[in-house]
Order: sequence, then structure tokens, then C-alpha cells
Amino acid sequence: MDGSAILARLRGRLGARVLDTHEHHGDHTAVIAPEGIVDALRFCRDESDLGFDMLMDLTAVDYLRFPGREDGPRFDVVYHLYSVPHNHRVRLKVPVEQDAPSVPTATGLWPIANWLEREVWDMYGIRFDGHPDLRRLLMYEEFVGHPLRKDYPIERRQPLIGPNV
Amino acid sequence: MPERTAREIFLGEGAGTGAGSQNLFVNMGPAHPAMHGIIRIFAELDGEVVVKADMEIGYLHRAFEKDCEVGPYNSAIPYTDRLNYVSPLINNFAYASAVEKLLGIEITERCKYIRVVMSEISRICDHLTCVGASAMELGAFTVFLYMIKAREFLWELVEDVTGARLTISYGRVGGVKADLPDGFGIKVRKAFAETRQVLTEVHTLVTGNRIFMDRMVGVGALSAQESVAWGITGPLLRAAGVPFDLRRVQPYWAYDRVEFEVPLGKNGDNFDRYLVRMAEMEQSMRMVEQALEGMPGGAINVDFEGREIPVDAYVDRGKQGKTEGLLLLPITLSPNLQGQGRDAQARVNVHDKRVVLPPKENAYGSIEGLMNHFMLVMDGYGIRPPAGEAYFAAEGANGELGFYVVSDGSDRPYRVRCRPPCLPPVAALPRMIEGQMIADIIPTFGSVNMIGGELDR
Amino acid sequence: MGVGTFFTSKLDEAIGWARKFSIFQYPFVTACCGMEYMATACSHYDVDRFGAGLPRFSPRQADVLFVVGTISHKMAPVLKRIYDQMCEPKWVVAFGVCTCTGGFYNNYATVQGIDTIIPVDVYIPGCPPRPESVIDGLMKLQDKIAAGVQRY
Repeated sequence: MDGSAILARLRGRLGARVLDTHEHHGDHTAVIAPEGIVDALRFCRDESDLGFDMLMDLTAVDYLRFPGREDGPRFDVVYHLYSVPHNHRVRLKVPVEQDAPSVPTATGLWPIANWLEREVWDMYGIRFDGHPDLRRLLMYEEFVGHPLRKDYPIERRQPLIGPNV
Repeated sequence: MPERTAREIFLGEGAGTGAGSQNLFVNMGPAHPAMHGIIRIFAELDGEVVVKADMEIGYLHRAFEKDCEVGPYNSAIPYTDRLNYVSPLINNFAYASAVEKLLGIEITERCKYIRVVMSEISRICDHLTCVGASAMELGAFTVFLYMIKAREFLWELVEDVTGARLTISYGRVGGVKADLPDGFGIKVRKAFAETRQVLTEVHTLVTGNRIFMDRMVGVGALSAQESVAWGITGPLLRAAGVPFDLRRVQPYWAYDRVEFEVPLGKNGDNFDRYLVRMAEMEQSMRMVEQALEGMPGGAINVDFEGREIPVDAYVDRGKQGKTEGLLLLPITLSPNLQGQGRDAQARVNVHDKRVVLPPKENAYGSIEGLMNHFMLVMDGYGIRPPAGEAYFAAEGANGELGFYVVSDGSDRPYRVRCRPPCLPPVAALPRMIEGQMIADIIPTFGSVNMIGGELDR
Repeated sequence: MGVGTFFTSKLDEAIGWARKFSIFQYPFVTACCGMEYMATACSHYDVDRFGAGLPRFSPRQADVLFVVGTISHKMAPVLKRIYDQMCEPKWVVAFGVCTCTGGFYNNYATVQGIDTIIPVDVYIPGCPPRPESVIDGLMKLQDKIAAGVQRY
């Protein structure tokens, strides 16, 4: 199915909850409000001619230092979906505010979302409501902070044992 | 004979966790026998049967994504080497392609073929390591030694082209570091003859082997539908019967111009995964041979015939003063010794001044070249894609290796995300091993081919 | 006086010779250097000819700890525990530049050299070190083993 047709279907289904769509460099993207994302994902998965049965990736971007978005919502949670039967892709983005950032979980739709959301929690501090087991995936439990945020300096050391070099 | 589950075989007919029996919690890892890397499997056992398992990863987290934001675009290439460190060339090229997509540039034809050749050689190395290591875990040590021997021949090829065996940093945004060397075709032919012999020997040793089959058939199976729901791609998905290979369904570089088959399995168990990997190695060799034959050339033809007299022999004679008989020919330098020469760069790199360093003749010989070099290398200048985002997916050895690059218009990437192909199988591993015996964890884990650098980034 | 020390020093040399040619290494493999470790241990660049061919996958049975590959802060307590579990005499080889100084991973997740946690005997730099470098380092380790005071 053509990318713009996919975006049109999404707009048709979600209406005003689709905040923006664009097609940069051939990647069809829809920006969706947080309260509509689970509906959008379920629609993408279950609708037969969309057929997005694979959640390829779930990640986040911190726009704290992005020129032009300093006062906008700080984070974007990005979902990359792929359809095995139809061989098409779409990207969904959810803008998330800085204070108490949270998004509804996609674990009920795809089991892989469990680990991908844990990683986003670990690296960015974005909570996923309804996630069965939201704990850190890559860093150790005692780690303080969320390392991929732009205000976490890369050279800050928090060793478990050994000197702080 | 009625079907008996593993549980009944070991605990007797109708056994259960009755009063007085307790499940045992066993911790495998993070430091366990060398070949797999560091990961922790926390298993709850009922006798020999795994009741529940939990994985803990992150022991090799090296902050790849944060490190990529520190330097300019090409500085991320060495970090991408160390992602899937058994097939580093695929990572390099996939990242470079993502940035090229962001820039909106198209690489040269020759470069596409070179990327195909080197990626497939890397893929063969990855499958050799995976099959060898998992066979060794099952006790077939000879298979491991043979496959590492074959891998050494391939690493010699990689070293000829890139200069290093493992962490090669060969890809660049806009092309590759340098062209293929002379006589590469002959070396490839010899290395592949050795590899094919090793594969035949391994087939004879293990494919029909009773012990191997008993341990691998029916073990660690995951159905096609579940594999897709878990986001599993690559050989594991193809072993379950789903013909999803990015090189076939969404071809990139020169994959639409080489012929190859996509081997499929049926049951999605470990034995099918092993067979798929073995078949893929043969297909990769076919692809490399076709690509070398079909490669669009320039003056240096990488074909299956060597040159008459190598260039350095001419130079030696001239240095000794024996210049009679030597014609004044424009000397083509070996691209690996002097990869910055105009000939070596022009065929493989995009002719785009904003992206690719100028050849040394221009950088040292003309003011425009010098300024071009300066603009690409100094801080704040360099490759500056317009603000935006792009996702590029290549078929890595374990599945879809995706790079999602966000640019803010400056010379440093704003965000680089690597979609690791081995994260979904490792996340699904508890699902694969629950209900099976503890000894089945070993072949299942081996066939998943977890690479720590890619999993934890 | 002379005769006693002659015998003990000859005995020391003999034990040193035996110890250096029977290295039971524990390959603590984490990352990319593990591939070069495998290459060194296998047929092309055999280390079995130095007597170091049998990796013991338990620290209680090993005497040389090869730390191969990047150690992250999450892994560091595990490394320390493995080192503590080994019996004397024991030696540590830092294989690869990530274990020597942290490599080019100067970030929040990587230990900047394992000698901040455990004492190291031989450093083999390289990213990853070629098998020839590894064998060079192994031979230096053998010299160190043979030259040290042998306690028994």
C-alpha cells in the first residue's frame, strides 16, 4: 500500500488525534497525540490492508537541544512498524511533555514492546502506563539518572565498585 | 507409544510439585563459557525442566548511542564496527546508508557492488562463528576449529581490502574508504574454495549426526506467527518459514542485480536455524562471485585474472636506474596503500563536495581542494545533513539491522539509534526455553546468535 | 649456605618452567576481543603450543585470568568476584585496550581500565590486538611467571 494512503487511513480513523504527517526522505511518518497512540497501533496491526504485524523498533528522542523545538514537548516516542504480508512501513511519533513523561504501553499488542519500553524507560525516563514490569534493561539498578537525555553528561561516572575515574 | 513430555520422563508418570518439593533457582551467567558473551539467564527449574526463565542483559552496555552524538558523522563509524563485531562491515554500511538517505545522495554503482561483496563476506564470517561456537557447545570441537580456520581465510580477504581483520572502519558516508585491491578476485576464489571444503566437511560431520540431531531437532521452536509478534527477523524467522529477507523484498545497494535464493526452514527449531545458516553461507558466496564479475569498473578491473606485471615492480626497476623499456605510463597506485588517490576515490565515492574528502592530488595540489578538505574536517563544518530524520534497514546477519538517524542541521548527529536484530530473539528466549530441559538452553542460545555488542550497544 | 640456595633456586626455576608451560586460563570474554581470542586459540595461531590450550571455564580451576573485552560498570563486581574466587598463584592479563584503559569508550558505562579494580600483570593493547600481539603478551606473561618467586 502506498505510504500516503496509509497516512490517509490513519487520519481517517483517528481524526484530530493525528497531529501531523510528513514524508521526509521517503519515510512516511504520522505524529499522534499520546491518548490516541494505542488506538492507532491497534488499528495498524488489526486492519487487514494495513497489516502491521511487526513492531520493528520503539525508541525515543530528546529534543532538549534541537533548534526550533526548545519550547515544544521535550520527548518523542518513535514507533517503527513493518508489515510482513504487505511489505510496507510506517513511523508513528508521540510527543511527550517533560514533566512526568508517560505514554500508554504497547505490550498488549506486541510482546517485544516489553523490552523496548524498558529500554526507553532506562535511557530516557519515560514511563509506560500499564507496563507489567517497568525496570531498567541496560543499566544496573543502582544507577541514578537516565543516560541518553541530553542533560546527562557523557563523562559522569557512577561506578558500582572501584574509583570514580 | 503415547507422547510423554519431558517432565514425565524425568519426574515419573503424573509427577507434580507436590508437598515437600520446591523449585530450584539457577543462575546462568553473566560470566559463563566464553563463546557467547555476557548475559544472565535466571531459570526456575523443576527437576531438569525449565519452568520459568528471565534474562538480564546490559552487561556490555558501552553507550554507543550517546557516543555517536559526540563527534561528526564519520566518527561514529568505528563505534558501529563494534556493534555486531563478527560482521562489522554490514554495520558500517548500514549506518553510512542511513546518513546518505538523510543527505539525499546516491552512491556510485561500483560502491554498491563493493558494499554487497564486503557485506556478504562479513555475513559468512558471522554464520561461521555462530555455527562453530554452537557446535562446540554441543561437543563438536572439530567443527569449531574447522570453521575458525575458514574464517581466518576470509579475514585475510577483509584485511587485504580494509587493512584490519575485525574492527575495520571501512565504510564512509558517501562511499567506502578505498577501492578493492588488485588480484582480489583470485584471492576470493581461493578463500571460497577453502570455505566450501570446510562446509562440506562440517555437513559430513554434524548434519546427519544422531547426537546433533537429537539435541537440535524440536528444541527451541518458535512458530512463525509468534516470531513475527516478537519482532524476530533474519535466519530465525526464515527457519520458521517466513520468507522475509530485506535483500529480496526491499533491495538496496546492488542486491537486485545478483541472483540468490532465500533458504527457508519449516519448524523454526534449532536444527532448521542451523540448516538455514549453512545454506545462507553458500548463497552469500554465490552473491560475491556474481558481484565481482558484474562489477562496473574503471581502469582497475577486479576480475579473475591477475595483471601482467605489478606496479611496484615497475617502480623498483626505475629506482635502480633501469629506465629503458619503461614507458611513461600514468601509474595507478595500489588503492590500499594510497587509498586517497583520485583513481581509487573517484569510482567508489559520491562526487559531492559537501560529503566526501577530496583525493590527495587535489587537496595538496589546488586551492579549491585544500579548502574543500578544510571545510569537511574542521569543527563545526563537515557533513551537515539538513534537519530531519531517516531510517535505513539492512539485512544483517541476525536480521533487520536498522539505523534511525536524527539530524539537527549541525555537523554532529543529534540522535543515532541502532535497532539491534538480536534483541527480539533474546527477549523471546524465555518463551523458547520454558518447558524444555536445562540442557536445551545451550543449543537454543547458540542458535539465537546473541552478539553482546549489538544487544547492549 | 651456598648448596641450600642452589637447590632451592634450581627448584624454583623448575617449578617456574612447569608453571609457565601449563597455563590454565579463564577466558573472561565479553566483547569483540573475544573474536581475536578465539582466533589465537584456534589452529592458525595456536596457543596450545605454549601449553595454554585448555581453557578452564571455572575460576576455581584456573590460574590466569584473561580479561578479554570491555568491562562495564555493571560487569565490574562480577569480575572482582571471579578474581577473588581464583586461588593463588594467579595472574591477570588485560587483553585489549578497553581493559587496559577503557579504550575509546570514555563514557558513563565503561570501566576505564580494569587495573582500577584488580591488579594486572600483562597489558596487551590493541583494538583488537592481532594474534601476534597476544602471543607476545603471553610470552611476556610466561617470563613473568617463571621469574617470579615461586611459592608452593
